Amino acid sequence: MARHTLSELVEGVRNGERLAIARALTQVENGEPGSWALLKQLRPDIGGALRVGLTGPPGAGKSTLADALVRELSRRGHKLGVVAVDPSSPFSGGALLGDRVRLLKATENPDVFVRSMASRGCLGGLARTTAEAADILDAAGKDIVVIETVGVGQSELAVASACDLTVVILVPESGGMVQAMKAGLMEIADLFVVNKSDRPGSDEMKFQLIDASRYLIWEGRRPSVLMTSAISDLGVPELADEVLGYREWLQEGGRKEKKRRDQTKVRIRELVRSGLEERFLESPEVQEALDNAAEEFRAEDGSLVESARKFWNSVRSDLSRSDIV
Amino acid sequence: MARRLKILLAKAGLDGHDRGVKVVARALRDAGMEIVYTGLHQTPEQIVNAAVQEDVDAVCLSILSGAHMTLFPLVKELMNEAGMEDVLLSGGGIIPDDDMEELSGLGVGRLFGPGSSLRSIVAYFQEEIPRRRSAR
Repeated sequence: MARHTLSELVEGVRNGERLAIARALTQVENGEPGSWALLKQLRPDIGGALRVGLTGPPGAGKSTLADALVRELSRRGHKLGVVAVDPSSPFSGGALLGDRVRLLKATENPDVFVRSMASRGCLGGLARTTAEAADILDAAGKDIVVIETVGVGQSELAVASACDLTVVILVPESGGMVQAMKAGLMEIADLFVVNKSDRPGSDEMKFQLIDASRYLIWEGRRPSVLMTSAISDLGVPELADEVLGYREWLQEGGRKEKKRRDQTKVRIRELVRSGLEERFLESPEVQEALDNAAEEFRAEDGSLVESARKFWNSVRSDLSRSDIV
Repeated sequence: MARRLKILLAKAGLDGHDRGVKVVARALRDAGMEIVYTGLHQTPEQIVNAAVQEDVDAVCLSILSGAHMTLFPLVKELMNEAGMEDVLLSGGGIIPDDDMEELSGLGVGRLFGPGSSLRSIVAYFQEEIPRRRSAR
């Protein structure tokens, strides 16, 4: 089949055609020139889907829980999209995208669309274009998009910036981690899940989280703590209830608008930041100025800040002439 | 952002031997490719379903059970029906040379039997996939 034209892609995505959705996702993932025009045309169809982030340390059972949750929500008649992100190797740039293996049962339902994405060097566990991928699945008619992320212990802001509901999944063995991860992972949680809750220590973990949740109240709502055992489907209906209840709650009082607005701010900032880094700071002229600054620093006995200022002053006018986005 | 090579590795049918496919998966990852592994016991329908959703550049079947003359043609047909007729279908396992020839006649790409070097597998995808992309 020849490549889709832009309008064919737009039509195809709106009609829920799998191949069109997949091709649109690829364009968006690779930041291809047509992808922003595509997203612009699909704009009227984007916004309705609830974006649910599943994050947590490695081994917490995110994929297994995602599979169970997706199956439960499908059973209740919802259309699901899943974006499963796995880390790219910092050495080779390649990736083993292994989340799909655990989502096999969910993919048996034709209304479920699962896409694996490699993080491609982005910190925070999300590929840069994950939010755009969720937009495509939203436009394709999914009413809930699950974003399952690498469980890194830093910059979980990336997850929060792409999601309406951030679920932090821990296991009883994470006990020590709860203390250690007070910043970041804990701060972004809208909902906690203790998975593998059949294991010893799950009650202690639950009480620690209930305690911690007191500091995470947003708009008067305190994150709940749920217990699950994903491989046995235990606690999964309750999780689905909580997700759907959150969605309803978000619709009231302008909360969803607030969240979306914050998400937009982060996404714009990220576009500008990455443009600054990749298009400006990496440009040959700036690299040359950096080399000169480093050489000057070595040769003279000023402070590093002075060299940095000199460098910045020599390139700042170039900045206003650059197209960084 | 560079366009990476994305490949689906699949185990179809009853064959439960997955060591080989996992070794290949790692080698391809180390060569900078993005690999989706389907796990064991996949039906041709499940494999093509995954291939479509992941929009892969190549679908590879690892078959050591002797069922290749059934499974490869089935997967090829389903790929054609799904609009993926120009996507590379490749793979390996225990496949006699005569069968490889016959499958090639059906549009299946190069197949890698026992003793194939990882380097040759990597090189094949690195050449063949861009070639097909530019032909599209």
